[in-house]
Formats: sequence, C-alpha cells, structure tokens
Amino acid sequence: MSVYVGRRLLQSLVVLLGISVVVFVILHLTGDPTPLMLPLDASAEEISRFRRAMGFDDPLPVQYGRFLRGVLQGDFGNSLRHDEPALRLVFERIPATLELTAVALGIALLLAIPAGIVSAVFRNTALDYVSTVVALIGQAMPTFWLGIMLILVFAVGLHVLPSSGRGGLANLVLPALTLGLFTTARTMRLTRSALLEVLGQDYVRTARAKGVAEHRVVWKHALRNAAIPVITIVGLELGTLLGGAVITETIFAWPGVGRLSVQAIYNRDYPLVQASVFVLASTFVLVNLAVDLVYTYLDPRIRLG
Amino acid sequence: MANVSVDALPLRKVPDLGQSEVWALVRRLIRRRTALFGLVVVVAVAFAALLAPVLVPFDPLAQDIGQRLKPPGWISPEGRAHWLGTDQLGRDILGRILFGTRIALVVGLAAVAIAGTLGLIIGLVSGYFGGWVDDLFMRLADIQLAFPFILLALAVIGVLGPSLRNIIVVVGISGWVVYARIVRGEVLSLREREFVQAARAVGSPAARVIARHVVPNAFTPWLVIATLDMARVIIVESALSFLGLGVPPPTPTWGGMLADGRVYMSTAWWLATFPGLAILVTVLGINLLGDGLRDTLDPRLKL
Repeated sequence: MSVYVGRRLLQSLVVLLGISVVVFVILHLTGDPTPLMLPLDASAEEISRFRRAMGFDDPLPVQYGRFLRGVLQGDFGNSLRHDEPALRLVFERIPATLELTAVALGIALLLAIPAGIVSAVFRNTALDYVSTVVALIGQAMPTFWLGIMLILVFAVGLHVLPSSGRGGLANLVLPALTLGLFTTARTMRLTRSALLEVLGQDYVRTARAKGVAEHRVVWKHALRNAAIPVITIVGLELGTLLGGAVITETIFAWPGVGRLSVQAIYNRDYPLVQASVFVLASTFVLVNLAVDLVYTYLDPRIRLG
Repeated sequence: MANVSVDALPLRKVPDLGQSEVWALVRRLIRRRTALFGLVVVVAVAFAALLAPVLVPFDPLAQDIGQRLKPPGWISPEGRAHWLGTDQLGRDILGRILFGTRIALVVGLAAVAIAGTLGLIIGLVSGYFGGWVDDLFMRLADIQLAFPFILLALAVIGVLGPSLRNIIVVVGISGWVVYARIVRGEVLSLREREFVQAARAVGSPAARVIARHVVPNAFTPWLVIATLDMARVIIVESALSFLGLGVPPPTPTWGGMLADGRVYMSTAWWLATFPGLAILVTVLGINLLGDGLRDTLDPRLKL
C-alpha cells in the first residue's frame, strides 16, 4: 500500500513539474515574448529595456530555472495590468470558482444519480427514454449557448433571476445549472450503464432467485458495485468543470479564476495567464491525487491489485 | 517449411472494411433508429457545407444596414426571404449558418486527423514497446489532461494569434490522449494473442507486426473515438470563436455568430438562438452516429 501511495505521489510531482514546463513554454512559443507583453506602439528602446529587465535575453534553460524557482516560492511575477503579484490575484478569485464548481457538481450528482438509477431499473419504459433523450441533448449542448438561452428566458424574458455577478443564492442558480449540465448528462448515462451491467451479473441473478425483494436487490447488491465507476469519474469530471468554468464565468460575469484568466489573455497579461493556468491545472492534479488515495483506501481490490 | 510467410497463415481473419463491409455497416446503423438519425444529420451537414454556395442565393458577407435585426420570416422590400432573420449588419442568418458548417467541418476533420494520427502512433509505440517509453507517454498524457483544455487552447492561440491554421494545429495536437490510451489498451491485449506472438516468433520485424497485425485490429475502436472526438472539436472550435479567439471575422462561424447574438440578446433573440441550435443538432447527430458505430462494431468499448 505505501509503495502504491509513494509511486502515486511521485507521479503527481512529475506531472506538476510538467505543468510548469508547459506554462513556461506557452509564453515562449513565438521565440520572443517581449512584443506580446508590451503595447503595440512600444518603441524599440522600450522593448529592449523591457527584454533585459525580464531576463528574456538569457538562454531558455536559465529562464526556465528562474521561472521554476519563482513558482516554488509562489512567485509568478507581477500582473502587468494590476501591478500586484499575479498569484495573489488568482488566490483572491479561487473561492468564487470553488463555490460555482462545487454547487454545479452537487446539482449534477443530485440530478444524475437518481435519474440514472430510475432509467436502469425501469429500463425501456417511457421514463427511461425521456431521461436518456434529455441526457443526449445535454451532452450535445454547448455550455455558452445554454448560458445565453437561460439568460434569455429567466433574466431577459421572465425577470426572475439575475443574469450576472456574484452575490446571493439567486446569482448562483443560472451559472451553476449551465456549468453542471454536461456533467449531469454524462454522469446520468454512466450511472445507468454501470447499474445495468451490475444488474446482469450472476450474483444479482442469484439474489433474485433466492427471493430477495427487488428493491433490496437494487439497493443492497447492485448500487454498491455500480457506485465504483461513478465515483471514479467524479475526480475526472472536475477537469470538465474547471474548463467549463472558464466559459460559464465569462458569460455570467462571475468573478472567478476562469474569467480572470480569459481577461488576462485578452489583456496580454502573461504573468497572470501563467499563474491562473498553473493554479487550475495543479488543482486538478491534487484533487485527483486525493480522490485516488481515498479510493485506494476504500477499495481493497486496487490497493492489493 | 523454413520460409513460410506468417502473413499467409490463416491465424485470424483481420476484419478489413472493404466495400461490402462498409455497406453492411451502414445497413446495421440504419436498423438502429438513433444511429440513423445521427447518420442523416451528419450527411445533411456535409451536404450543407459542400453546397452552401448553391443553397444560399446571396453572399453571406453582404451587409444591408437597412435590413438589420429583422425577425425570422422577414421578407425584405426586394422580396428576399430571411427565414431565420437578419443580424446586426443585415446579413442573412440562415445563409451564415450554412456557410458556418464549412469552418466547423474543416476544423473538425483536420483537427481529428492530426489528433488521431498522433494518438495512433503514440498508442502503438507505447503499447507495443512498453517500458520507459510507455511511462514517458503516459505521464505526458497526465500532464495534457491536467489542463482545462479550452484554457490551454485560448492561452496558446492568444500567443500565436487566431487563424484557421493555428486553431486546427492547437486543437489537433492537444487532442491525442484519448486515441493514445484506447489504442495502447488494444495493443496491450493484442500483443499477447497467438497470431501476434506467432508473427514475432518467426522473426517479423516490429514495424511489420504492427502494420499487418496490430493496426487493422486497433482500427475499429480508433474509428469510434474519432467520430465522437469530432463532436468535441466542433464544440471547442465554436467556443474559441465565441470567446473571440477563433477564425477571425467576417468568416461566418457558429461561435462568432453566437458572440454577436449575445450582444443583442435583449432585443433580438434569434441572433444567438439559431447558431446554437445548429451546433446542438450537429453535435447530437455526430454523438448518436458514434454511439451507433460503437454498439455495432465494438460493444465492449468503454468510453
């Protein structure tokens, strides 16, 4: 067990290091990042002064070493636009993003798991068809369009919910629904197929044959085993949700890391872009590490396998 | 017996998709109603893209300020019918949606081709050789998956500048992981099968074993992934255009039309509604076709 945990920790470290390389490389894709970071009308002298000040004249490995040392000390440099440490700006926005993602995930699970169970238990009935069709449409619907349509109906048309900003519970409804829809659809289909697969297993047939009541078969025998793939996907869905947050936050003017990073890209504020991309990617890695460790503890087949 | 070609031995029939097999596949897809729907949508979208200049009697870029923001079903004084209305510059929305299929399909096909080829090669190498090569690629996959995809694409295109080519390259290169993982899994199980073992035992070089025995068998899951991935790429492309870092205007893109529509949301609902419906129907069709392909070709495939 401790060997597995050690290997998993090491893997995560390697991935974090890789993330830092990618974040560094993005800025250097065009060779010289200086023109990207200065206004278009900057003079040649300003450009060369800025280039020296930022150390862009040094060899790339030297620059990466400096970047990595900064990252380890939590220093991504100052935001070019706000003149504040980039990392601090990102951390200020994290609670908003976490709130939105957590609520979206909560809504998704609350809707998807019961719907998936009902669909599987009442397979090939009208109930099953309706929820499957809804899930299929949900999976095909682009986040940004759903957001606009919800604003169109509930904010512009009916005037019942606010269309932007963060504040009370009412502000949270539309963005969380928008962000959660894709995850809802996918989790529902996964729950349905996982449960159907388990319901076809021999031990379920045995349980039925010996006269166990159907609701007990579903609750006691099938659901516990069907839960495993569903739990696994929750960690991975976080990646989908964080990516979706980039778009959802932009549409609903939600003051989170996603919107911050998109604005930073528009403003060519690259220290801020690097800090926010790094933080979002690392969050994903750390959460998945945590999910895996908890999971290992819960399921002996993985621990010993 | 010394020189028996392994490839001549009837060890296992490799399912190649010859012409009759393609028709058999199409017939099986038609029998499933959802897959049929998907097939019809995909064919219709492909036709729209090919025939856009014939289907649309006017220039999708032609502005007519006098006819701006007209609702669906509007007939202009010159007798032009705007079935889905006009946008803020008086351009016909239906026409722009039909031309928008071109960008969606071009980006979709090209990016899937890049991602699919890259993923196929990496998956084959990783699965066949194993060891540190495999470790290296799988860690690269973890790194790739850690990034919120759309954010990575936005940041890279922000640096390189938005253009059709850059979008295809960025979306294509960063999409290899799904393919590589599935192909790798297939290769791992194929590697232990008798016909592959036999080919190796008689000394076929690795490249030949891979090309003759492994690739044809890994093709089916690859095709299913490629189909479903096309839907993802179309959504990513429209998201990039929506955020202003896609194919630059005035080229009609669904995402770009949505972004325009968002500005006029409170006065002209049709601007944002119809391009979104186009994305929804296209993606739904591709997904259903992909599901149908999976169910007919490889029901055990877990996605």
